[in-house]
Amino acid sequence: MNKAILARKVGMTQIYNEQGRVIPVTVLEAGPCLVVQVKNKDNDGYSSIQLGFINKKEQRVNRPLKGHFVRAKLKPLRYLREFRVDDPNGYKPGQEIKADCFSAGDYVDVSAVARGKGFAGSIKKMGFSGGPKTHGSHYHRGPGSLGSVDAARVFKGRRLPGRMGGWRRTIQRLYVVEADAEKNILLVRGNVPGPRGGLVEVKETVKSK
Amino acid sequence: MDLMKEVEKRNWKEGLPQFSPGDTVKVHVKIVEGTRERTQIFEGVVIGRQGSETRETFTVRRVTFGIGVERIFPVHSPSISKIEVIKKGRVRRAKLYYLRKRTGKAARIKERR
Repeated sequence: MNKAILARKVGMTQIYNEQGRVIPVTVLEAGPCLVVQVKNKDNDGYSSIQLGFINKKEQRVNRPLKGHFVRAKLKPLRYLREFRVDDPNGYKPGQEIKADCFSAGDYVDVSAVARGKGFAGSIKKMGFSGGPKTHGSHYHRGPGSLGSVDAARVFKGRRLPGRMGGWRRTIQRLYVVEADAEKNILLVRGNVPGPRGGLVEVKETVKSK
Repeated sequence: MDLMKEVEKRNWKEGLPQFSPGDTVKVHVKIVEGTRERTQIFEGVVIGRQGSETRETFTVRRVTFGIGVERIFPVHSPSISKIEVIKKGRVRRAKLYYLRKRTGKAARIKERR
């Protein structure tokens, strides 16, 4: 995995391809990102690049972080995210990464924090079937049996209602419909986790072909 | 939402005729048969428009050989080469679903000028 960029989710729409068919796309405002730090095996034990995205006011940055940006000779940035790379030598601090690091036809993995759904039942959260709605049933949206009587306890890992969403989710193998470095537009087919305006990490896909 | 507009306006069709529910239209649809492309015309009454911007669609209803046929077209679809407005109709609602239950004389729409 070598290519990565930070983006902001703008929203979803649909566009037409050459055949006149509709493709659902998510519009991402991708980059321009700046390489803030390059970590290599000798120094840090592993190799990665740290990317920064969206400028931040100087007065909003605390001292330690300010030093971090000074070392990279950069203005403060709002989001910092690290990406593992096989070979960090191609990157240097201050380097700009734009949407054209991907091109139409690529496949990417997209990670973001999914929308928080609050305390959700087992039907919404795990897709349980629930009980009958009618025919005298008084059992509608419950999770069903929690296990056998003989065990006299509930086994670990039993899927039960609880908090849903708000966790990091990755969607693998999304098709890149378009990458425009000039307008910082990255169009991917399908949906992307998180609300509009949320930070999104876009990486080269880990799944081959 | 500026980037959104940026993406959507590419599919935006300029110079579309104004038409509304009740109008009779001819829709020229491009059909690809193997390698050949030809245009088919679908004529009927617009019984509704739904959605907005690039996602907007309209439903056209016609009755052929006693069978009602409805087709839903995206307004900005590139496979629609032309939309011709044949007649303007005077109707009092946005969705003309009541036409489905009517046949013959009852299904007529008054013309507007």
